[in-house]
Amino acid sequence: MGRYVLRRLLQLIPVFFGATLLIYWLVWAVPGDPFAGKCGERACPDSYVQFMTEKYHLDDPWPLQYVYYMGHLLTGDFGQTFGGRDISEIIAQAYPNTLKLALVALIIEAVIGLTAGVLTGLRRNGFLDNLVLVSTLFLLAIPTFVSGFLLQFILGTQLKIINPTVSGDAPFHELIVPGFVLGSISMAYVARLTRTSIAENSRSDYVRTAVAKGLPQRRVVGVHLLRNSLIPVITFLGTDLGSLMGGAIVTEGIFSINGIGREVYRAIVTKESATVVGIVVVLVMVYLLMNLLVDLLYAALDPRIRYE
Amino acid sequence: MSDPTSGSLVTTSPAEQPGLVADSAPAGIGAPQDKRDKPRGLLGDAWYDLRHKPLFWISAGFIALFVLIAAFPFLFTTGSPTESIGGGLSRSLEGPSGSAWFGTDIQGRDIFARVIYGARASIIVAVSATLGTILLGASVGVLAGFRGGWIDALLSRLADVFFGIPFVLGAIVILFSLNPRGAGSNEWKIMGLVILALVMLTWPVAMRIMRSSVLAAKQADYVVAARALGASNSRIIFKHLIPNCLAPVLVYATILVGAYIGAEATLSFLGVGLQSPVVSWGVMISDSQQYIRVAPYWLLFPSAFLVVAVLSFVMLGEAVREALDPKLR
Repeated sequence: MGRYVLRRLLQLIPVFFGATLLIYWLVWAVPGDPFAGKCGERACPDSYVQFMTEKYHLDDPWPLQYVYYMGHLLTGDFGQTFGGRDISEIIAQAYPNTLKLALVALIIEAVIGLTAGVLTGLRRNGFLDNLVLVSTLFLLAIPTFVSGFLLQFILGTQLKIINPTVSGDAPFHELIVPGFVLGSISMAYVARLTRTSIAENSRSDYVRTAVAKGLPQRRVVGVHLLRNSLIPVITFLGTDLGSLMGGAIVTEGIFSINGIGREVYRAIVTKESATVVGIVVVLVMVYLLMNLLVDLLYAALDPRIRYE
Repeated sequence: MSDPTSGSLVTTSPAEQPGLVADSAPAGIGAPQDKRDKPRGLLGDAWYDLRHKPLFWISAGFIALFVLIAAFPFLFTTGSPTESIGGGLSRSLEGPSGSAWFGTDIQGRDIFARVIYGARASIIVAVSATLGTILLGASVGVLAGFRGGWIDALLSRLADVFFGIPFVLGAIVILFSLNPRGAGSNEWKIMGLVILALVMLTWPVAMRIMRSSVLAAKQADYVVAARALGASNSRIIFKHLIPNCLAPVLVYATILVGAYIGAEATLSFLGVGLQSPVVSWGVMISDSQQYIRVAPYWLLFPSAFLVVAVLSFVMLGEAVREALDPKLR
C-alpha cells in the first residue's frame, strides 16, 4: 500500500506540470498585445509596460516564462493581477463560497440519489422503479444552464420563493437551489449506480445466507447489503466532489455566486492571464489529489481490492 | 450532461474505472451464449436484443427525425432563420401565434424556423466531435494496451494531463485563446475549434475504456491461440482485439453524442462556442437570457428541443448498453 501511494504521488508530478504547462501555453502564448485595453482608453505608459514585462519575463520565450512562474509559485507567490491585486487574495476570497456550494450539491445529490437508488434497487420493476428510471433519464438530459435558468425563473422571478441571486457571502440556505441545479446530473448517476449495485448484490450468496439465518429484513439490508453496495457509490461521490470543487462556472454565473468559477471566467474574459493560470493551477491540484484520495479510499473500503 | 467526461462513469463497470488496477478481471465483454441454433456474433446478438426494445425504437425514431431536420430544414419550415418576419422590427417579441408557431425573438425572427435550422450546427458539432474522440481515444488506447511498457506509461500520463483539466474550464481557455472575442471569423472555423476543444478534453476517457478492455482481451485464449498460429500483430489487433473490445467504446460513443450536444450548447451559452450569425440552440438560449421575463417562450422552445435531442441519445445509449452487456440481462 505504501509503495502504491508513493508511486501514485510520483505519477502526479508529471501530470501536474503537464496540465499547468498546457494551460500556461494556451493563456500566454497566444498572439496579441497582452497590454491591449489594460489601461482604459489610452495606451499603457511605457514605464508600466516595462515594469510588467520585467515582472512576468515577457521578453523571454514562453517555456522560460513558465519556469520562472512555477519557481515563484512553489514558494507560495501567486503573483498579482495587472491591477496589482494579489491573486492569492482573490482565491482565498472566492474559494470558500465554491466549497460551500460543492458541499451543498454533494449532500443534496447523495441524499436524494441514495434514497431513490436504495428504494428502487430493493423493489425492481414496480411503479416507483420506472418513475425513478424515467426521471433520472430526464435529469441526465437537461444541461445545467437550462435547469438553472428555469428554476431561477420559476422559483425566483415568478413565485418569489427564493432570491434569484445569491448574496455576497453565500449563506447556506440561499445555496440550496443552486446546489440542487449543480448536483442534478450527478444525482441521476448516484441513483442509477446505487440501484444497479443493490440489485446485483441482493442476489449474492451472503445476502441469501443472512436471510436464511433468519435475520430481520432491516439488518439484512442495513448491514449486509448496503455496506457492500455502497462502495462504488462512495467512490463516485468522491470523484464528483473533486470535479465540483473545480468550480461551477455555469451555476455560479447564473446565480451570481462569488465563487472561483465566476472569478476564473471573469479573468479569462478580461485576459487577466496571470489570474487564470494561478486559479487553474490550484484547481488542477485539487482535482488530482481528490482522484488519488478516491482510489485509496476504494482500497480501504473494499479489502478485496489489493494494490500491488 | 454538460460535462462529457463524466459520462464514462455510467458506462464502465467498477472494474474498468480509470485509476484502479488496470489488469483486473475481464469486464464481461466475452461472447454471450446463444439461445438459438444459428451462431451470432456479439453485434448480431445485440441487434437481436435491440429489435425487441421499445426504448430503442422510440429513441431511434427521434434521432432519425433530428437528422432529417438537420439535413433538410426547409422541409419543416418555410420561414427564414436569419431574416425578420415582415422585413422589419414590427413583429419583435410576439408570443406564439398561427403565423409564427413559437413566437418571434427581439429582431422579429421566427423562433420556430430558428429552432429547426439550429439543429444542423448542434448535430454536426456533436457527431464530428464524437467521431474524433472515439477515433483518437480508441487508437491511442489500443496502442497503449497492446504495446504496454514505456509506451503505455507515456501515453497514459499524457492522457492524465488532459484528463486533469476540468472540462468547462479547459474548453473556455482553449476557445478563448484560439478564437479571441471580436476576431471576425467564419462559421466553419468556429465549429472546427469547438470540435477541437471537445475532442482535446475528452479523448482520455475513450482511451482509458479501450485500454482496459484491450488489457483484458490480450490475455484471452483466442489471442494466445492466434499468436501461436503465427498471426502478425496487425492481424491480432484488427481481427481479434478491436472487434472484441468495441462494445464499451460503442456505448460510450452513443451517450457522448448526447453529452456533446449539451456541451456545445453550454459553451455557446457562455459566449465562447458558436456565435451569431451561426444558428444553434445554445446560441438561441444565450440570446434569450436577457428577455426571460418578457419572452419566456424564446428560452423554452430551444431548450425543449435541446433536452429532447440529448435525451434521445442518452436513451439510445442505455438501450445499446443493455443489449451489449450480458451482465445486465
